[in-house]
Amino acid sequence: MKARLSLTVNGEAHDVLVPVHKTLLEVLREDLGLTGTKHGCELGECGTCTVLVDGAPVLSCLALPVDLAGATITTVEGMAEGGRLHPLQQAFAELGAAQCGYCTPGILLTAQALLADRPSPTRQEIREALAGNLCRCTGYTKILDAVELAALRIGVPR
Amino acid sequence: MSEDPRGSFEGKHEFTVIGQPLPKIDAWAKVIGETKYADDLFLPRMAYGRLLRSPHGHARVGRVDTTRARALPGVYAVITGADLPRVRFGILPVSQDEEALCTEKVRMVGDAVAAVAAVDEETAERACRLIDVEYEPLPALMSIEESLAHPEVRIHEYGDGPNVHKNVSLQFGDIEAAFARADLVREDVFFFEGNTHLPMEQHAAVAAAGPDGKLTLWSSTQTPHYVHRLLAKILETPAAHIRVVATPVGGGFGGKLDPFAHEIAACRLSQLTGRPVKIACTREEVFYIHRGRHPVLMWIKTGFTRNGDITGCHLRTWLDGGAYGSYGVASTFYTGVINPVTYKMPVYKFEGARIFTNKPPCGPKRGHGTPQPRFALECQLDKAAEQLGLDPAEMRKRILAEPFTKTANHLTVTTIGLGECIDRVVEASGWRTKWRGFRSEGAPTEPPPEPGCAGGARARTRRGIGIACSAYLTGAGTAVYWNSMPHSGVILRADRSGGVAVLCGATDIGQGSDSILAYLPAEILGIDPKDVHVHPADTSLTPVDLGSYSSRVTLMCGMAAIQASQRLREVIAQAVARKLEVEPGALAFRERKVGVAADWERAVPFAQAVELAEAMHGVLAFAGSYAPPKRAGKYKGGGVGPSPCYSYSACVVELSVDEETGEIELHDVWIGHDLGRALNPLLAEGQIEGSVYMGIGEALMEGQIFRKGVHKNPSLLEYKSPTTLETPEIHTFLVETDDPEGPFGAKEAGQGPLLPVIPAIANAVYHAVGVRCDEVPITPEMILKGLELRRQGRPARVGPARIPLFTFKAPVVVESAFGQPADAIAVRPFQP
Repeated sequence: MKARLSLTVNGEAHDVLVPVHKTLLEVLREDLGLTGTKHGCELGECGTCTVLVDGAPVLSCLALPVDLAGATITTVEGMAEGGRLHPLQQAFAELGAAQCGYCTPGILLTAQALLADRPSPTRQEIREALAGNLCRCTGYTKILDAVELAALRIGVPR
Repeated sequence: MSEDPRGSFEGKHEFTVIGQPLPKIDAWAKVIGETKYADDLFLPRMAYGRLLRSPHGHARVGRVDTTRARALPGVYAVITGADLPRVRFGILPVSQDEEALCTEKVRMVGDAVAAVAAVDEETAERACRLIDVEYEPLPALMSIEESLAHPEVRIHEYGDGPNVHKNVSLQFGDIEAAFARADLVREDVFFFEGNTHLPMEQHAAVAAAGPDGKLTLWSSTQTPHYVHRLLAKILETPAAHIRVVATPVGGGFGGKLDPFAHEIAACRLSQLTGRPVKIACTREEVFYIHRGRHPVLMWIKTGFTRNGDITGCHLRTWLDGGAYGSYGVASTFYTGVINPVTYKMPVYKFEGARIFTNKPPCGPKRGHGTPQPRFALECQLDKAAEQLGLDPAEMRKRILAEPFTKTANHLTVTTIGLGECIDRVVEASGWRTKWRGFRSEGAPTEPPPEPGCAGGARARTRRGIGIACSAYLTGAGTAVYWNSMPHSGVILRADRSGGVAVLCGATDIGQGSDSILAYLPAEILGIDPKDVHVHPADTSLTPVDLGSYSSRVTLMCGMAAIQASQRLREVIAQAVARKLEVEPGALAFRERKVGVAADWERAVPFAQAVELAEAMHGVLAFAGSYAPPKRAGKYKGGGVGPSPCYSYSACVVELSVDEETGEIELHDVWIGHDLGRALNPLLAEGQIEGSVYMGIGEALMEGQIFRKGVHKNPSLLEYKSPTTLETPEIHTFLVETDDPEGPFGAKEAGQGPLLPVIPAIANAVYHAVGVRCDEVPITPEMILKGLELRRQGRPARVGPARIPLFTFKAPVVVESAFGQPADAIAVRPFQP
């Protein structure tokens, strides 16, 4: 059974006609062409497919678009504003926090939600917020460093 | 040394690009989600494929009936092994034992028998369930012991004996005499459980066959060149009509180094349907594709003098290879041949055997075959140091191998920065105080408290500190198929804009090879890395690079890039010299200009210099090639182990062990790594931190384990790997030795630093609670078992109790080359 849905993604309204059991991950990637959202398990175990729904991190592989009418969805493609990178994106690039880059979108969005909630998190708070996002490349060190740097820059705009 | 790649750069220490902590050139695309991994490709009319995989560990394949699947609406094609040429393949020429879709036998759960292309994944999946396969189950052999005990059940018909894939034995010097000279001879048995790469990106491939018979494959592969060669063989299609593009790889670690069933099936399905076909593997499939760390059982006997000098070492390894050869012959050698590179080891004997079992095939994972014996050797050194009353850090420092000498097994070693690595981590960790201090708190000598006894005043957690060292190769000295061609090639093209394009077959798997390919030409040509456009890993476009394995890429494609850059520089210098009426040798290249330093105002902008050169010479495109020096030992088996140079690492780990629960908490890891030169310290640190992290996972959590033929934990939740909460602070120290073999002196950094972490953790656990864990991963259950043994007054050792009944070959006996001077440095092929 297909349903006609209106989804607001990165500030743009989209009308899609999709099977009701299709996940948000699949709709973003396959129907809206937003392939910045990745998948690592499609079982809700790795955090790779994290997007923001009304500002809160959600595993898009477990979310159904039929539940999301009226919600505001943010993917990694929506983080930069007018060609200006989000401070997290800037810091991740500068500090080498993205190696293969595959887990990066999910981690960026999880960190964005953290910083919206706690603008000056401690390193332990960052660790806790990112504990559901697996990364196999970095050993997390540069990721923690980059979130700290971004928090600092957001706090003291340059 | 006129062939020194740094040539005219000698004495120039003020690099502008080299040594700078620059962002990776592909970082910007990665942080905005623009990077296109294989599964991000969507082509017009594209079909979606799925593989039907065997539910049996070992079975004869009977009739495969695809009638019902073909009849399902939305199905474009269904293929079985009968639709492919009857060709067996494998990554190594000596192990051609795989079929993309099995026709006679399946040898593991997960072997593919059929494939479907359909309108969408769901339909393809449904069609797979409509394929009827008749299996005649055979006994599944799930361990080394079972495989050796049942020679009548043969998994393969080839090898060095029933179910024995490879049996090797090498001896360098008189090992019995070496033991006779020793004051202490130790024999220990260790077991290293297998584990898997677990890249965050699941393997995916998109194939597009054209009506002209040409075929393009985009794949998450670390070895587009080998895939290209093998596809030609498997599909019986001319290699000249096949193009393989490695898409940016979302983590490899060695797991994407073989040609795989999904790639081959996608190609065949595309040829049959006339549509592009994508096959994206599920996470569960990736666990079965595997090719990861071999489970290895080890027996190691080493003689020591009372000062801690090694008189000789004899190592035996038994590898559980799984169902196919893969890189297993190389893996078997690697469990033995790198050990003598670290310490003075004048006499060495190595015996190794790889046994087939009905499990997913093992292969190369970060450190390829060397973390297992490294764990054994470094834990044994810790035990010997204790028996001899020596500080294990000082003992190691005393016995380091000599730079620019040969090892017992004829490997040429160049620079060695291990002494400095040890000094840095010993100093930073406060080793001297803690190693004695924690001990004086009484941990390993007095009996542990009874479990469950109420808190009271006694500490429940005990701190420990441990050290270990290691060495690793910077690129395998030989290709997987024998040839005399370059291992890496680069084409550099300068255009009139002042931009430079780099074409190279290297595959960026996150390690930053694309960036290295931009940095080196930028440094040599005096331009910004942003002016360099890197086009990697496309077999139709780029010169061959053998692939992202054996830590070879920075060195080999780096050297090729340097050669190409020098050739371009020379031609530009000639043209500018004529214009400025100076000698070409007087010209400097910097700040996007070419000119004489003393007369910099007249310097020519780089773009204009390119135009002058193009006017003089025609199109500016120059090639660079690199092959490693030929240093294979002159004995059978001498081809595995040689490398242009070796990296060195030293690691100290501090942790706590909870005596009540057996839980281990890591506090800090200090790692010193001799990487020759940090071409980009940010990237190098990232490689080292990632290696440490992966070592922690292998030491404490990760295990590729099976029950009744089936993977016990094939998901990211059940297969435990460290999160941000289990990964401690990692303190990295880069040690530079400026190796004459490496590009600007660089050695590897992406694999070696994993090696010492695992034994350092085991040694720290012993230091904390007096329990010797001679097996990894170290679990809380093992700690509690060890503490219970201690309580009973028995040796607190947890680990394997016996070794298999197995006869190794008579050894190839060669004289030890220990201490001989190194072979000539930097005599390179492909020099003009």
